[in-house]
Amino acid sequence: MKQVLSATPLVSRRSLLKGAAAAGAGLIIGFHLPERGFAQQSSGPRSLAPNAFLRVTPDNRVTVISKHLEHGVGIHTGLATVIAEELDADWSQMAVEPAPADVELYKNLAFGIQDTGGSNSMSNAYQQYRRAGATARALLVAAAAARWNVDPADVSIVRGTLRHEASERRATFGELADEAASFDVPGEVTLKDPAHFRLIGSDDGIIRRLDSPSKINGTATYGIDMSLPDMLVAVVARPRLFGATVESLDDSAARQVPGVAEVVPIPTGVAVLANSFWAALRGREALRVEWDETDAERRGTPELLAEHQRLLDEPGLVARRDGDVEVALARAAKTVTADYSFPILAHAPLEPVSCLARLTDEGCEIWTGDTTLTPLQMKAAETLGLRPDQITIHSVFAGGHFGRRKETALEAVEIVKAIGGRAPVKLQWTREDEMRNGLYRPMYLHRATAGLDEEGNVIAWHHRIVGQSLLGQSPEFAHFLVDGVDLTSVAGVATTSYNIPNILVETHNVDLGLPVSTYRGNNHMAYAMETFLDEVAHAAGRDPYELRRRLLSHDVREKQIDVLAIPEPMKAHIFAEHPRDLRVLQLAAERGGWGEPLAAGRGRGIAVAYAYSTPIAQVAEVTMTDDGFKVDRVVCAIDCGVAVNPDVIRAQMEGGIAYGLSSVMRSELTLSGGAIDQSNFHDFQVLRIDEMPEVEVHIVASDAAPTGAGEPGVVPVGAAVANAVFAATGRTFHELPFSRN
Amino acid sequence: MAITLTLNGRDASFDVDPETPLLWVLREAGGLTGTKFGCGAAQCGACTVHLDGVPIRSCITTVADVEGAKVTTIEGASGPVAASVQAAWRRLDVVQCGYCQSGQIMAAIALLEETPSPTDADVDSAMRGNICRCGTYQRIRAAIHEAARTMKG
Ligand code: FES
Ligand code: FES
Repeated sequence: MKQVLSATPLVSRRSLLKGAAAAGAGLIIGFHLPERGFAQQSSGPRSLAPNAFLRVTPDNRVTVISKHLEHGVGIHTGLATVIAEELDADWSQMAVEPAPADVELYKNLAFGIQDTGGSNSMSNAYQQYRRAGATARALLVAAAAARWNVDPADVSIVRGTLRHEASERRATFGELADEAASFDVPGEVTLKDPAHFRLIGSDDGIIRRLDSPSKINGTATYGIDMSLPDMLVAVVARPRLFGATVESLDDSAARQVPGVAEVVPIPTGVAVLANSFWAALRGREALRVEWDETDAERRGTPELLAEHQRLLDEPGLVARRDGDVEVALARAAKTVTADYSFPILAHAPLEPVSCLARLTDEGCEIWTGDTTLTPLQMKAAETLGLRPDQITIHSVFAGGHFGRRKETALEAVEIVKAIGGRAPVKLQWTREDEMRNGLYRPMYLHRATAGLDEEGNVIAWHHRIVGQSLLGQSPEFAHFLVDGVDLTSVAGVATTSYNIPNILVETHNVDLGLPVSTYRGNNHMAYAMETFLDEVAHAAGRDPYELRRRLLSHDVREKQIDVLAIPEPMKAHIFAEHPRDLRVLQLAAERGGWGEPLAAGRGRGIAVAYAYSTPIAQVAEVTMTDDGFKVDRVVCAIDCGVAVNPDVIRAQMEGGIAYGLSSVMRSELTLSGGAIDQSNFHDFQVLRIDEMPEVEVHIVASDAAPTGAGEPGVVPVGAAVANAVFAATGRTFHELPFSRN
Repeated sequence: MAITLTLNGRDASFDVDPETPLLWVLREAGGLTGTKFGCGAAQCGACTVHLDGVPIRSCITTVADVEGAKVTTIEGASGPVAASVQAAWRRLDVVQCGYCQSGQIMAAIALLEETPSPTDADVDSAMRGNICRCGTYQRIRAAIHEAARTMKG
């Protein structure tokens, strides 16, 4: 390792040591305790580790260090593809390992902290990982040229083999890793000409997900699967109401339950620790806790709706203003208006959250699928009175994310602290805990009003959105609010590219004690925007596709916008690049058979969105049935720039469409007197296989920088489906989920 | 008193509370973490294992209920049907987060053991109890049909 360090002037020694320590532990496959200080063998060939993002070992393996958590979207495979491309590696030699917590090295370049979210993993890391791969390539070529005493320009790499054609010499990466490690890391490297890409964008089955084999045979390791010798399993009794605290506790019966070892109060409730999950659960059932509900949120859904409704009638914070909506509406030949309501939702990743924590004299180690590593490291240090660098975080596979993966690890830290670190603790949430005490997508109300002139042109769009602020609740992201406007409440409406002369978008942040978090593809904005547009089209006697085409025929960036309350650095890419959105709309319409006749009782709907910097459009087809309708097919067109792994992107569209359908068709949480009514998948219903439509994905060929692909698929689907039902029957769904109507 | 069963072809004996769900005995006492906990209430299928060849929800089955029976988990899935299913899963890159997939695969193997050429309706009824929040349903369906084809040779 010493030699490797001497060849790595680009990164700090401390950071690299920490990286190496985690790297040595083989955390994804199986589970071992990391060895302190990473005992690198002092003799034998060295590895090549020219930067923090990869390592070439003498066994000819290329291990990519992923700064992004793998929670299903295929980012491990994606980052490995990028490095393998620049390195000209063979796909079969690639492996991936999660990065340790180190904000300096591994921050998300869009957020400034180490975090996975916002569908920007590939977009922020693409150039960084390309450079990392190209750097390693340059070093291997230099080593081969030196060994063979030839001009580096005559050394090529073909699928992981270095070659010198004239002398017919060959060497593998593994054979040259040691020699390459002796060379100085070049400051500048040349990246490959995309015209020569062999792996990025390849769609011929060479690239298969690297995490597939372990996820098929049961060996993949998630937070829930972690264990340490003498570990205690903890479950936490939490209050029925948000904001309630422990008033009194009688744990005598709980302590009698065989296997129960400890009962400790923590800020979020009372933790019961036992030698097995079952014993801990039994212990929790036997606890007697009285809760102080003085400061708790006691309002139920009807009261909360009334509060939202009250705000819906009042002018709000201005998110966007073009022209004068009031004047335009006053002179409109026709106006259309609709109110929408969207329910509270649970993210419900299939893995109930869990976390393993161990406290030692040196610090605290955490094994987690949480995504926001930097704040976790800071807060854990604060909780324990340690320095951040004494908090070691090992990322493991997460069984789904969807916006839910944060805060769990801190609770585990509180528990291990409460027992004085006498045993490692695995905190385990149940599904009921997740539904009743988790983080949520809040409820939202919308009111949309449009004005049409005599010819049926849309001349005004007034839109008001009422809901809890997602960013306002999180200290890491609150600074993204502009004049109180939370982008996550208004994106897709305030950022519409539609060429409507007068636009006013307002928002209210509701003050409510429900813990909220971002939600995969949070689609209420696109739903309201795009279904309302179909009602407007109907009122104007226009075809919904033709109307959208017209509204997207101008570049919005040339339009006079008087107010746009969006963080300054985001303004550059907050609108779709014209005419990329128009192109996906046309592609979806074409492939979705727009305008082709349909049998009676069937309908076709279209919706377009610009989400996570990606233009996306979908055409849905439905068949009406006796008890509602069935979604038969969704055709999706997406332009996410360079499609690093087309098959992974298709999978994200398929999965995003399923997730989006769940959220509009059936899922909802309600509150009675402040407590969540639902508890598990029997009453919080999600999409199952028999309701999955056939999904067809078309990816626009592009050499633009990669943009979001994990969430966009979720965004337009609800509207496309509702529009299809509207086309077939004239029925609208203003109150979600559909099952309410 | 210890409870004995045949687990993945071997004799196994567990000295635990007989009311403990099989799921937690497998995961904690047996160290077989491939079988997952998703709901604990027979709602999601993540905990699907085979009991004498029949798919069951191990989260609501007590370990006492399987005394003397043959239990197969994802770690012990073997034979031509299992091989075809897992190969099809790989070929089509079905997995995303992967958390539901042990259960999906165990359910698919049981379906194909019973019905070697399933229709879409067969797939719906056999797989409807298995939730995938990542939404891999389209590929699950395709992989089951593909496995059925390869099984025929
Ligand atoms: S965990 Fe058993 S069915 Fe969900
Ligand atoms: S792959 Fe994530 S739940 Fe199915």
